[in-house]
This record gives sequence, C-alpha cells and structure tokens, in this order.
Amino acid sequence: MTTLVADSLVFARRNLAHIRQVPEKLFDVTLQPIMFTLLFAYVFGGVIAIHDGSYREYLIGGVMVQSLAFGIMGPASAIATDLREGVVDRFRTLPTVTGAYLTGHVLAELAAILIAIAILSLSGLIVGWRIHTDLPHAIAGYAVLTFFAFAMIWLGTWLGVMVRTPDAAQGLVFLVMFPMTFLASTFVPLGGLSPTLATIASWNPISAITAAVRELFGNPTGMPADPAWPLQHPVIAALGWSTLVLLIAVPLALRGFRRRTAG
Amino acid sequence: MVYDNAVRSTNKLGVEAEGLGKRYGDLWALRDLDLAVPAGSVFGLLGHNGAGKTTALKILTTLAPPTTGRASVAGHDVVTHGARVRACIGVAGQAATVDGLLTARANLVMVGRLYHLSPAAARARADELLAQLELADVATKLVKEFSGGMKRRLDLAASLVARPQVLFLDEPTTGLDPHSRNSLWDLLRAQVKAGTTLVLTTQYLEEADRLADHIAVLDHGVVAAQGSPAELKARFGGERIAITLMDAAAIPRAAAALSAFVDGVVVEDPEARQVVIPVRTGTRLVEVVRALDAAGLDAHDVHRREVTLDDVFLAITRRERAVKAAA
Repeated sequence: MTTLVADSLVFARRNLAHIRQVPEKLFDVTLQPIMFTLLFAYVFGGVIAIHDGSYREYLIGGVMVQSLAFGIMGPASAIATDLREGVVDRFRTLPTVTGAYLTGHVLAELAAILIAIAILSLSGLIVGWRIHTDLPHAIAGYAVLTFFAFAMIWLGTWLGVMVRTPDAAQGLVFLVMFPMTFLASTFVPLGGLSPTLATIASWNPISAITAAVRELFGNPTGMPADPAWPLQHPVIAALGWSTLVLLIAVPLALRGFRRRTAG
Repeated sequence: MVYDNAVRSTNKLGVEAEGLGKRYGDLWALRDLDLAVPAGSVFGLLGHNGAGKTTALKILTTLAPPTTGRASVAGHDVVTHGARVRACIGVAGQAATVDGLLTARANLVMVGRLYHLSPAAARARADELLAQLELADVATKLVKEFSGGMKRRLDLAASLVARPQVLFLDEPTTGLDPHSRNSLWDLLRAQVKAGTTLVLTTQYLEEADRLADHIAVLDHGVVAAQGSPAELKARFGGERIAITLMDAAAIPRAAAALSAFVDGVVVEDPEARQVVIPVRTGTRLVEVVRALDAAGLDAHDVHRREVTLDDVFLAITRRERAVKAAA
C-alpha cells in the first residue's frame, strides 16, 4: 500500500511537471473560463435578466461547471499521448505497483483542477461574485464541484484510452461539450428558452450541477416556477449524475487501459 | 549446445526459455523459441522486421504473456513472478520512451524513484549515468529538444538506473551515427564485464558479430539458426566470391555458369547487380573468371572474401524461404 502511494506520487509529480513546462495545458480550465466570465459578465450581462439576483453572481457557478466539463480534455490528451509514445510500456517494465500509473494520473489531474477552481473563484470575486452562505454550505459547494471534476477526469481518461491521438480527443470534447454546456442553465436562465429546449436543458446534468453549486453558494438560481425534478433537488441530482458517470467511466477506462497495454 | 554443463547446472542462466510462442489472432509472431543465455553473456536476436524479435523481447520483459511455453529471467518466471523479473531487468525499447516534457535529469530521477531508490540515491545515480553517457552538459535541458541519438543514450541510461542483472535492448543503435555507436558498444561491453547479461536485437550484423557471444537468427517467428558468430560463419561456409555483373539480368546465367564451384546457398542481389557464391575450398579466382568468360559474361568486379554474418544471415533467411516455397 505504501509503495502504491509512493509510486502514484512519482507519476503525479511527473504530470504536474508537464504543466509547469507547458502551462498552456491548463488554458482550457483557466484562461478560457476567465474569458467566458468576462465576455458574459460584460457583453451579455446587460441583456440577460435573472429574477432573483444579479447576472454576474448567477454566471460564476455556470462558468465553473463548464470549465470542469471541459476538464475532460486534459486527462484525455495526457493518456492518449503516453499510450501513443510508448511511455506506458516503459513504465510497465519497471517494478511499480499495478495501478500506480493511473492513480498518479488521476491525482495530478485532480490537483490541476483544484488550481483551476481556485483561479475561477478569484476571477469570480473580481467581477462581483460572492458566497452568501455559511462555511459548511460553501465547503459542500466546492465538494460538489470537485466530485463532478473527479467524474470528468475519469470520463476523460476513458476517452484518452479509446482514441488514437490526443487531437482526436480534443475535437470530440469540443463537439460534445460545447452544445452540452450551452444547452443548459449554465449561462442563461431556463425561462428564456422555448418549451422544448427548456425541457432538454432541465434534464441536462450540467443544469442540475450548476443549480446545486448556485444553491450551496447562495447565488441566484434563475429557477422557473415549476422546475423539473433534478432542478428541485439539484444537490442530490448533481451527486447522482456524477456517480453515474463514475460507475460507467471507471470500469470502461480500466478495461480500455488494460486492453491497450495487453501484449 | 555449446554451453558448459557446469555453468548450466549451477543455474546461472540469465535468460531461459522453452517452447516460447506468441500468437496474435491467426498469426504466430513467435514459435518454439528455446533460449539458454548464461549470466554475464551477450545474446543477439537477429532478423528482419517482423521476424519476431520484438515479440520475444516483450514476453521476456513481462510486457506480453506467451501463448505457449515458459521463460525465466534471472531465475524468475516471467508469467508467475513478473514483479520479481521487473525488479532485476532494464529495458530500452525500439522507440526512445523518454519523457520529452521533463529534463534529462528529471527523467532519470523519476525512473530511479520508480525502482524505489530514495530521492537522494535516485539523484546521485542520475548524475552518475548522465556523466557516463556524456549527457551531463544537457542534464537540465528538456528532452524534447534532444537529437535522436541523445534520446537513445538517455533511454539507455534509464534502463541502467537500477544496475539490472539482465538488460534488454531492442535495436539499441538504430539511427545512431558511427561515433555514438562505437561509444555505446564500449559502454555495453563494460556493463557485461561487470556481470550484466545482455539480450539485444539488431538488424546490424556487425553489431551482433562484435558484441554477441551467442546469436539466434529469427525468420518468420522461427529460429532459423543458433550459435556463436564463429560457429555460424563456419557452418555457412568459409569463403565467398562476389561477382558484380554489367547487367542484373545476367545474374541467373552467371549463377548457372558457376554452379560447379558452389558449396552452399547462392545469394543474388539484383539491385547491386551482384551474385555472391559460397565456394568450395581450393577454388581459384582465375577458374571463376574463365567460367564466366566461357558463358559469354562480362563482370565489372570479381573478388574473394571471408564470410561475414551478413552472408550467413542472407543464406539462412533465403534457405528458409526456399524450403517453404518447396513445401
């Protein structure tokens, strides 16, 4: 067990060293959300009305969740690159504990995502976002975010194991995550959408997770009068969706990794 | 086999294999490989691309399970005791698998840590190897800026971190310039002298000739010949006469005209307009030239030389193909 921890930390340090060398790796979870924050806060903020508060306070929960959803990309391209370049084979000839490579990979991605969450919170504070609840609720809010990020890391790991090139992973994430994060209550309240779109958006996991974060931070939720079940119980729904993703992605990622590395 | 029985009975084998085979789908990449490599010796696996060299190495380094047979490395079974095998081997694959986004030093320290050296020991060993492989000047440079030869040297350094009992190198000098190749050979000889068993694959017969105590030539996954370089050369004839013709189309006629002198497998190389014949002892060069002249053939060059491993390799792989075609 101690060797598993030690080996995993060696691998985690390696991945974090990559970020130090190539800070662009973190752009999709740092600069991009900051850009979204500024664009939406200052360009669209004036025309989007939230009935229970200010748009900027509404916005930040959405940007956080969106950037964590795009966090699939980091682990996907990291794994895809390692598998392609044969680095994983070299590691497999070393006396490391089985599973340490993947554990280290997930740890490093988690560390990176925590940094991203911190940066996002700071940029939120700058544009006027605040947490209005007590400490336990604030911690719960960050816990929901981290759990969701954890699920997205595993989803990204599975994707990285399945694709042949890092570029393919990037393209796929953009193709899926852009519509998915926009067809939700991420940036606009559901009341402004047509009934059909509003129904789709209500059941979109991204909506439930943003609603949970907004509720726990005491931010405006822009909730319609009679919301769908996941939006009435956003925290339970958020945890449920993340758990579901993990239940699917973890075994598939492990199986795919084993298959890619089987002689 | 040529090995001393006393050595064998004390079980000082670096690598041992019996009936080793690997099937991918319908294709047997490797069949019936038997190995007995004494500790502290050099074993060379020769063969064309796809002959099964890398497959054999993958099984011996625990990267792939064998379909048939068994193998042990440093006394540990590769299937049942993979972890023990991994603790006493060093491996450098065909592609240099060093991390481009780390410095040379960080790469080696990481590998040392994964061999469970203490941080201080891993750093010390990294510096030692960087100096040994003439990489000390670039220790703190990112590996992605390295040339191919530098990456290979670093890859080799990584495989030496834990002072392995058995070292597996897959085509270690492919893509290296002659100077780097020579210094690499020196380094490998020093390792072997210090007691390391070395198993290497190569396409360069000169490399096998210079380094290996024992060679197996693989062809389509099967061992076509085994022995020391000297044995193989003796077995496949002593002398060759190489005739370069004016016209490649004349090769078959030349081979026919010289059939009386042939002792072994004639190797034809149309691209070089060349035919190489293993000749009976006592054959005189002038007889060969007369026979060519009698057949109305003109030669650009005719010369006699000692057999090389290249000749042996070509003779073995061509013969295998001829046997297969006949069957």
